[in-house]
Amino acid sequence: MGTSLDFEKPIIELERQIEEIRKGAGKQLTGGTDGLEPLERRLAAMRAEVYKNLTPYQRVQVARNSKRPFTLDYIRLVLSDFVELHGDRLYREDAAIVGGWARLDGETVMIIGHQRGRDTKENLRRNFGMPHPEGYRKALRLMKLAEKFHVPVITFIDTPGAWAGLGAEERGQSEAIARNLFEMSRLETPIVATVIGEGGSGGALALGVADRVLMLENAIYSVITIEGCAAILWKDGKSPEMKERAATALRLTAEDLVRLKLIDEIVPEPLGGAHANHEESARALQAALVRHLDDLRRYKPEKLVRRRRQKFLHMGAFAE
Amino acid sequence: MAWFRKEKKARQPRRERLEIPADAWEKCEACAHTDLREKFVRNLNVCPSCDYHRRIRASDYVALLLDDGSWEELDLDLKSADPLEFPDYPQRLNRAIAKVGEGDAVMTVEGTLGAMPINAAVMDFAFMGGSMGSVVGEKIARLGQRSVERKHPLIIVSASGGARMQEGALSLMQMAKTSAVLAQLAERGVPYVSILTNPTTGGVSASYAMLGDAILAEPGAVVGFAGPRVIKQTIGQDLPQGFQTAEFLLDHGMLDAVVHRKQLKRTVEQLLRHMSGQPASTGWTSP
Ligand SMILES: [Zn+2]
Repeated sequence: MGTSLDFEKPIIELERQIEEIRKGAGKQLTGGTDGLEPLERRLAAMRAEVYKNLTPYQRVQVARNSKRPFTLDYIRLVLSDFVELHGDRLYREDAAIVGGWARLDGETVMIIGHQRGRDTKENLRRNFGMPHPEGYRKALRLMKLAEKFHVPVITFIDTPGAWAGLGAEERGQSEAIARNLFEMSRLETPIVATVIGEGGSGGALALGVADRVLMLENAIYSVITIEGCAAILWKDGKSPEMKERAATALRLTAEDLVRLKLIDEIVPEPLGGAHANHEESARALQAALVRHLDDLRRYKPEKLVRRRRQKFLHMGAFAE
Repeated sequence: MAWFRKEKKARQPRRERLEIPADAWEKCEACAHTDLREKFVRNLNVCPSCDYHRRIRASDYVALLLDDGSWEELDLDLKSADPLEFPDYPQRLNRAIAKVGEGDAVMTVEGTLGAMPINAAVMDFAFMGGSMGSVVGEKIARLGQRSVERKHPLIIVSASGGARMQEGALSLMQMAKTSAVLAQLAERGVPYVSILTNPTTGGVSASYAMLGDAILAEPGAVVGFAGPRVIKQTIGQDLPQGFQTAEFLLDHGMLDAVVHRKQLKRTVEQLLRHMSGQPASTGWTSP
């Protein structure tokens, strides 16, 4: 699952060298690690260089990297006092979406996010972060709960898409997603959504109708997976060339989404991506969330809803 | 419903009637039944032999649902741009316009149905697979807002493979945009009837198509979030017979009714009358 990225190989190699020198220095007890400073500077420069020039396809790989912090990592690092809530009260619990009460900067929030797994076992349980209708219905239940107690909602988006399978269709995947879009557009409490990794089509948007929509610097947000796009348009969803072509054509990076006026802000990631430093990534996210919620708390619920609707009504690009 | 009314022509001599040109014949896509095109048309493009509901154009549904001569098309001047500079998109658009005409993948009209003022949007699968980009979203949002302002019921006939890839995340956001307008409509207590035709999948099914106060579907229409091919690929096995058909959705509680094309107008009128406090149409009192 994309744990080592090709373009990161020189970085990883240099990291290994530095680590070895450090170990050696530790054994000698004397001599120190003075010689490391230029190497570390070189590492930082290399990270900056590689990450400054990421292609859209490399961004997709970074966004999907399983070393990146996931929803539960951010819950641990950004929030406190988390109590997880389970189940949609209709059919079953869906572990592809997690949610519950938590505190941001001491204040209660409702946190809801897609949850991917880091290993095969976890991914089977989490279904690779691809929810069934139950996941979306649980999410909606928690949002309504937040509204009831006048608590803001924070969502983290990180999914290749909603699950495509027999049970998901039988139980109304379309209806579940549509219902969330409908209800989120009228929820009378602040909502801040952040794409933390992959924002895959309707399955992502079902947690994404918010007063503020943020994206982490290396996150992506797309109407279809690059593989799906390439398969449909160029009959080849597997070759790197076609995936690269789709990644470029779809304009799915955070900068693209700002340019298209579809998101509000890019949350910076540490040098070398969020996976290089979970804590630093979490600090930037926390600061952004606190700032936006402070701002949104000023609005009365009716005004909040009116502004949220206007925001989405203005999305689109056409000639007239 | 002028579009399928038989043209009044002088009866032709028997001999000449046998010499029907080859292109006057059509074959049912489902059962291969062959018949005169005129006969298909007169039967609303439902196969006279197996009842298969063939795909018809947006303007056909407008003629089928709205009162004769009552309607006017809206926002015909909205045109798709190419905001992503997506490979081959302008060419695809031009081909679609040449084949189908202006108006993109949805036709929006205001008019009357059973003398009630209504707004209707009808998607056209012939235009890039009925895909929803910015224009489709904007036309439906404007129509919905018109319904909100005038308190006129809304009808949307869906036929779509989903969001339009060539407009990327802009297309995706049309799902949120249209759903937000429908929420306004619901809050004002204005009825919305959603009609699903073959096929209704992807971003359209996961937004306005599944949000009707009443949801109807034509017999046999394929309706789902993921297309059958994608699901088959994901699960690695064949799909059960009838999976994702209108009848399947009805059985699973996702629809109010599967309605034959011949009954569509009457059913919609009945629903709208119930939901907007209007008396039953004369002659419609059931036993
Ligand atoms: Zn037939």
